Amino acid sequence: MRFLLTKVGLLALTLWAAITLNFLLPRLMPGSPADAAIAKLAQNGPVSSATRASIEAQLGVPTGSMFDQYLQYLGNVARFDFGVSYTFFPQSVAGLVGAALPWTLVLVGLVTIIAFIAGTLLGVLAAWKRGTWLDTLPTVGGTFASAFPYFWTALLLLFFLGYVAGWFPTSGAYGRGTSPEFSAVFLLDALYHSILPATTILITSLGGWILGMRSTMINTLGDDYVTFAEANGLRPRTVAIRYAARNAILPNLTSFGLALGGVVGGSLLVERVFNYPGVGYLLYTAVVNQDFPLMQGLFLIITISVLMANFIVDILYGILDPRTRR
Amino acid sequence: MTVPDPADRGTHAVMVARKQADAPAMTSPLGVVWRAVATIWSVPKARVGVALLGFFVLLAVFAPLIAPYDPSDNGFGRSEDFSAAHWMGTTAAGQDVLSQIIHGASTSVFVGFVAGLLSTIIAVTIGLTWGYLRSITGDVINFVVNLFLVIPALPLMIVIAAYLQNGGIGMIIFVVVITGWAWGARVLRSQTQSLRSRDFVTAAVFSGDSPARIVFREILPNMTSLIVGSFFGAATAAILAEAGLEFLGLGDSTTISWGTMLFWAQNSNALLTGQWILLFAPGLCISLLATSLSLINFGVDGLSNPRLREGANR
Repeated sequence: MRFLLTKVGLLALTLWAAITLNFLLPRLMPGSPADAAIAKLAQNGPVSSATRASIEAQLGVPTGSMFDQYLQYLGNVARFDFGVSYTFFPQSVAGLVGAALPWTLVLVGLVTIIAFIAGTLLGVLAAWKRGTWLDTLPTVGGTFASAFPYFWTALLLLFFLGYVAGWFPTSGAYGRGTSPEFSAVFLLDALYHSILPATTILITSLGGWILGMRSTMINTLGDDYVTFAEANGLRPRTVAIRYAARNAILPNLTSFGLALGGVVGGSLLVERVFNYPGVGYLLYTAVVNQDFPLMQGLFLIITISVLMANFIVDILYGILDPRTRR
Repeated sequence: MTVPDPADRGTHAVMVARKQADAPAMTSPLGVVWRAVATIWSVPKARVGVALLGFFVLLAVFAPLIAPYDPSDNGFGRSEDFSAAHWMGTTAAGQDVLSQIIHGASTSVFVGFVAGLLSTIIAVTIGLTWGYLRSITGDVINFVVNLFLVIPALPLMIVIAAYLQNGGIGMIIFVVVITGWAWGARVLRSQTQSLRSRDFVTAAVFSGDSPARIVFREILPNMTSLIVGSFFGAATAAILAEAGLEFLGLGDSTTISWGTMLFWAQNSNALLTGQWILLFAPGLCISLLATSLSLINFGVDGLSNPRLREGANR
């Protein structure tokens, strides 16, 4: 219980720090992002005083005390009020982010879990068959593939499998003329569209899991209880999986949380290449159009999502390894 | 410089003696570097890395001599295919692709080196101080470092870069360093903590050395391999981040770099015209350069691993 309370407290502190960083960023930057944002918004028509206040709370005003602005900003964040986007006027930032988030969550979430499972298995295999081709191939291949920039893998797959071979759709998350709904036809179509982006993330992130699992597995293989299990005459497969791998997974799980930030960052670039309507593509659109309210809202949501994922992994770690609960 | 007072001569003599004793320590860094290179070279994977990196560094340094044309000269035919005059064809704006690839090496090597160096300097300063001092500020630094580790780096870079519009290479280095130092700081901190209670540090404390001297003259040299490792790690991350930011069109799009080449390739529809070399070549160079640094790190790992294990057993 104490473990859980400490973790929740740390999460609250980290969330507060991230929200505050989001508050400080536009205020530390040269020029006045708020003025620029309101000026752009004014091109769409008169700006209501409520909208102006919410944008100023988010991006900063030259007048007024910083503390008052901070309080108002915190209030807005608590109400999910991130202002109005001027690229997609008059839609609210919260609504836009809410529409884009599921696409990224499903894509990145599923692929990360697949990559974790596949990478862990390959890592176990590589460590167990150390020195054979089953070790060399995944290790060297993984090292090389993790050096691929995400967007390059994406561009190559898009070009060769999308344009040249024509096997996969080249843009978007579902076919033109269809709209999101819960039907088998739509879900299959969405799955078909997600194959290339998913493969890209898989190729680039798999190597890290293989290498991480391999090195912790090699360490546990040297432990006494593994030698003991072998001396007891247990089958090699039992020793490898029930004794060594089981204990090697735990340290690998810690890097899961930290690697997630990198995968999310990579998926932003991948979404840009495939015009995939997730958070990354929206962030790109916001940046290109200098849509500061949208940009800030997205940054906050992305950061909070990654923090929450880390929190869940931490809790999971505590459940799996009683020693960390102390 | 003041003339030492005769009464101080005793201390002065001690200081001179200490300076002389330090003299071999001052020259030994070269020896350490040489030995480090020799150790790295003895690992086959790392040898491939050194050769690859050497190739790119030569390309970067002698780019103006090697490249057949001025990379920004757009006086050639547009979107030309391979020919004897243009081995990799020309871009949609009529520039020579090969010359751009060669000059792109300069940008990537420069950004990787400078951003890697700056990140490492911050990581070393924070990691060592934080690992050595046992005080309440340690918890605060711990929190800040963990925050920088969990906040997704690329979105943060994108947001900062969007505010500092078209700042060019300097801006990109700044953004990469701000987001890239935390990992190294954490690794170096844990190593400092394990070295802190060794006998040679206790001896230095008893002989009255200042904490700064102990940290940077006694502990630091024992972590050379780890620091080199974190430099290569930071440089790899910097090269990939730079390419990513430029691909998104953040930064100065007139810079000749591999990231900008990919940006123009996608925006000029090289995908549709079938000029695959425009996509393939810059990305391959980025990957090879990043791989070369990772491969060198296999050799550096060999240097530092036994010590890390000692630290882990404590």
